[in-house]
Amino acid sequence: MAEAHPVGFQWVMEAKARGATVIHVDPRFTRTSAVADLHVPFRAGADIAFLGGLIHHVLENELDFREYVTTFTNAASLVGEDFLDTEDLAGVFSGYNHETGRYDPISWQMDGAYAAPAAGQRDHWESELREERARFTSDTAGGAGDQAYAPADPERDDTLQHPRCVYQVLKRHYARYTPEAVSQVCGMSVEQFLTVADAITKNSGRERTTAWVYSVGWTHHSVGVQYIRAAAILQTLLGNMGRPGGGILALRGHASIQGSTDVPTLYDLLPGYIPMPNAHLHSDLQSFLDADAAKTGFWGHMDAYLISLLKAWWGDAATADNDFAFDYLPRLTGNHGTYGIVRDQIDRKTFGYFVVGENPAIGHANGKMQRLGLANLEWLVVRDMQMIETATFWRDGPEIETGELRTEDIGTEVFYLPCANHTEKSGTFTNTQRLLQWRREAVHPPGDARSELHFYYHLGRKIREKLAGSTDERDRPLLDLTWDYPTFGVHSEPDPESVLAEINGFDADGNHLSSYTQMKADGSTSGGCWIYTGVYRDGVNQADRRKPGSEQDWVASEWGWAWPANRRTLYNRASADADGRPWSERKAYVWWDEEAGRWTGHDIPDFEAGKPPSYRPPEGATHEDALSGTDAFIMQADGKAWLYAPTGLADGPMPTHYEPVESPVANMLHAEQDNPAREDIVRAWNRLNPSMSDTYPYVFLTYRLTEHHTAGGMSRFLPYLAELQPEFFCEVSPALAQERNLEHLGWATLISARTAIEARVVVTERMKPLRIGDNVVHQIGLPYHWGSNGLSRGDPANDLLGVVMDPNVHIQESKVATCDIQPGRRPRGPALLEFVESYRRKAGVEPGGIT
Amino acid sequence: MGARTWLGEWPMFRQATGPDPLGRGAAVQSPRTKALEARTRDADEVVKSVCPYCAVGCGQNIYVRDGRITQVEGDPDSPVSRGRLCPKGSASTSLVTSPTRVTTVRYRRPYGTEWEDLDLDTAVDMIADRVIDARRRGWQDTDDEGRVLRRTLGFSSLGGATLDNEENYLIKKLFMALGAIQVENQARI
Repeated sequence: MAEAHPVGFQWVMEAKARGATVIHVDPRFTRTSAVADLHVPFRAGADIAFLGGLIHHVLENELDFREYVTTFTNAASLVGEDFLDTEDLAGVFSGYNHETGRYDPISWQMDGAYAAPAAGQRDHWESELREERARFTSDTAGGAGDQAYAPADPERDDTLQHPRCVYQVLKRHYARYTPEAVSQVCGMSVEQFLTVADAITKNSGRERTTAWVYSVGWTHHSVGVQYIRAAAILQTLLGNMGRPGGGILALRGHASIQGSTDVPTLYDLLPGYIPMPNAHLHSDLQSFLDADAAKTGFWGHMDAYLISLLKAWWGDAATADNDFAFDYLPRLTGNHGTYGIVRDQIDRKTFGYFVVGENPAIGHANGKMQRLGLANLEWLVVRDMQMIETATFWRDGPEIETGELRTEDIGTEVFYLPCANHTEKSGTFTNTQRLLQWRREAVHPPGDARSELHFYYHLGRKIREKLAGSTDERDRPLLDLTWDYPTFGVHSEPDPESVLAEINGFDADGNHLSSYTQMKADGSTSGGCWIYTGVYRDGVNQADRRKPGSEQDWVASEWGWAWPANRRTLYNRASADADGRPWSERKAYVWWDEEAGRWTGHDIPDFEAGKPPSYRPPEGATHEDALSGTDAFIMQADGKAWLYAPTGLADGPMPTHYEPVESPVANMLHAEQDNPAREDIVRAWNRLNPSMSDTYPYVFLTYRLTEHHTAGGMSRFLPYLAELQPEFFCEVSPALAQERNLEHLGWATLISARTAIEARVVVTERMKPLRIGDNVVHQIGLPYHWGSNGLSRGDPANDLLGVVMDPNVHIQESKVATCDIQPGRRPRGPALLEFVESYRRKAGVEPGGIT
Repeated sequence: MGARTWLGEWPMFRQATGPDPLGRGAAVQSPRTKALEARTRDADEVVKSVCPYCAVGCGQNIYVRDGRITQVEGDPDSPVSRGRLCPKGSASTSLVTSPTRVTTVRYRRPYGTEWEDLDLDTAVDMIADRVIDARRRGWQDTDDEGRVLRRTLGFSSLGGATLDNEENYLIKKLFMALGAIQVENQARI
């Protein structure tokens, strides 16, 4: 965090100054480790073993925050009798199909209840069961928890003793994650592990809370979603969710990467985490809502959120008679994630590509795959500020040097369009804590540079003009689209506040909505992203509120605007006990004011303001009325935090340690080596290193430097930053340097089944060899910012990676893989291909290639 | 120039006798450095902004003079950052005034070996034509079981997590209306 989010890290240091213990668990010793109370080096890819060990420690010693657990979680609920654990089935859960490599989650369900998955898993299910399940389940969603159905009164055991209650199921699942096992798998000592376990359990409870902070070091894995689940289970057991100083804090890496998930430029989502409709089941609006909208909890209003969205997009053309133009939405049939798209580019199944403020030729795993995709397009539009490698692959990409591609043979037509920078346009970024902050335009963009708002608005306008008068039914969504934003200035820039106002939404009289609770399912309201409703309440741009922090309390709720409803901590009803009293004075945040009959506190309550803690739902209640006064997790159909997730996950209801797909060691906890449900792309340009291979014996991990930004487009071209970190390097331990004859500041060549790259060698004690069982595992650190353009140049670390994916979110395993390292520079030209092929031969890997 | 004046201008003398014994301020100023002023002092306006690098969302003050950005500083009012910027955020001035920034359209024709110039309007018009064509060729009315798809796989989009919400909103909205489902983002990476 001190390296990649330094200014945010000031708050960790503030906490430390006030007595907080800072523990850094990371394979590398970094600037964070330097100021932490404790640094625990461990093996990349072993996090679930570590977190599972902590869960085991909590359950075995009954150190959970019992009152919190019984009030707010599903610990007491009973798992159905059909469920079989990894303990019973040698490392896989029940429902695993060894032929397809996919899970059928029907046996994971709670006793007598179906709940719908929250991620795109229906295509993983066997078709004959599809229709039966369709009555209960959804297809795609962003993990928001859109459980379609849950019984009002599921069977529970509040003593947590029933052998099938979640608490006991969890306890059995993690029984083998003992401190000794954790020590073996992770390469940390038992003492180190117990020090951490002791620190976090002592620092959780009524009086204290513990926060976990992570970044892509947790998500870039073939079991990435389960990493986060493991942290969620631990934090929920310890009572650290919805409370000040608690939580699982994702440090996102881009100015508005949170925003681009909320208002998603993602294939599987509509704005506000509404799933994209799927061709299999969602023939009309009602079948979509039946499958995806919960009956209970706030997702019960998905109809209002979705219909308001359709009204925002298609205005008067969206009527009750035509399902509010639900049919205008295109349908999914499976995974259309970015790596699948690139595969289809290579296969020439898709022809055009817009790359906007992104540099996949450098920044994405398996750079060769990315560049082959670019080279097989008909046309490519790159919008950026600098001449990034994604725009110049056709003249100076690595494949030109090796002779795999020739400029004269590449048919891709490339449009490079300069874009406006952040000071040259107004608009909102959503930061990592869901805070929308408005930027004001300072100067006009130079030359041909334009904002994306300008480009897409006018592109849409032109396409609509060219198709005007079309009677083709497929053009109706385009021609009926509301696309008439006011423009200003010599370049006819669309007014970004008018777009923000549309996102916020309007009522039937054209007034700005102030809350998503005003949205209606009858078509009388509109709004482009329900979770952002309120950002333009009263016609005021709430994201532009700038009351200085020094003039506010510590919650600072008058700076910017946080979704939803300007709440700064989600699920904060859990900061008070069952009766609505703060768990302690010290940790008071939101509480029930009996006299006023309202929830109140330092933050805006994430709960119906007037619902008393004593509220119990009447028979047959729906929506939020079906949640009791203690159901703090209001987006869940049952209002509970799920320690055991009966559905929504493609790879099991509880996190399980599987080795990374490329690992130097065998899985010491389970018989399955790696995630049995992972997603692969088996192609000549995406060969994988075999695990436990002498040819590729070392672990490498990629990371960011303080002085550079992702693929370098905003840093390698700037003199200050290029001077601060002038060259691509690899970090190795003195022991590895000796083993491989590597010289400090000399060159090294790193080799995987994909390619070989070269880097300067930094020999440092910051990297520690680890003892894993009977093996010594060496780890190599690689910052991934470099490419062939800019002021500071070097080989791209991502070229070393293959693509293998988490089955829930289709994110690649790029934070851990294996390689060899040799002293000296890599071969040039065609000799590089032969060199890499010789390694593949030695390792028994099939030949590589570009087709 | 008298000896006393000469002596009085000698930094060592000033450091030894004046209020700046460590020689970090007035004692070591020359007439030139004394006359220097921070670029931020004569700005025509200070515009409120947010850092474009990571997702912490540090406040930035953009100093503008004569329609040009002269400096980017941390915004002390921000409760997120309290005026601080990291090395990247501090390099924002060089980001927004970079001499290597490309400000004109560049065009590479199929099988071409060099960049060519192209008028912006022409470029957008050509792109619109290509979108319409790729959309048509990649169009799918139904799947092989006759279920409605109403979509195209003819083209796709990637990016960008440094775009504004309003921009991402227009991208998603336009692509949905075009039937183009392949919209992806750094958020998947």
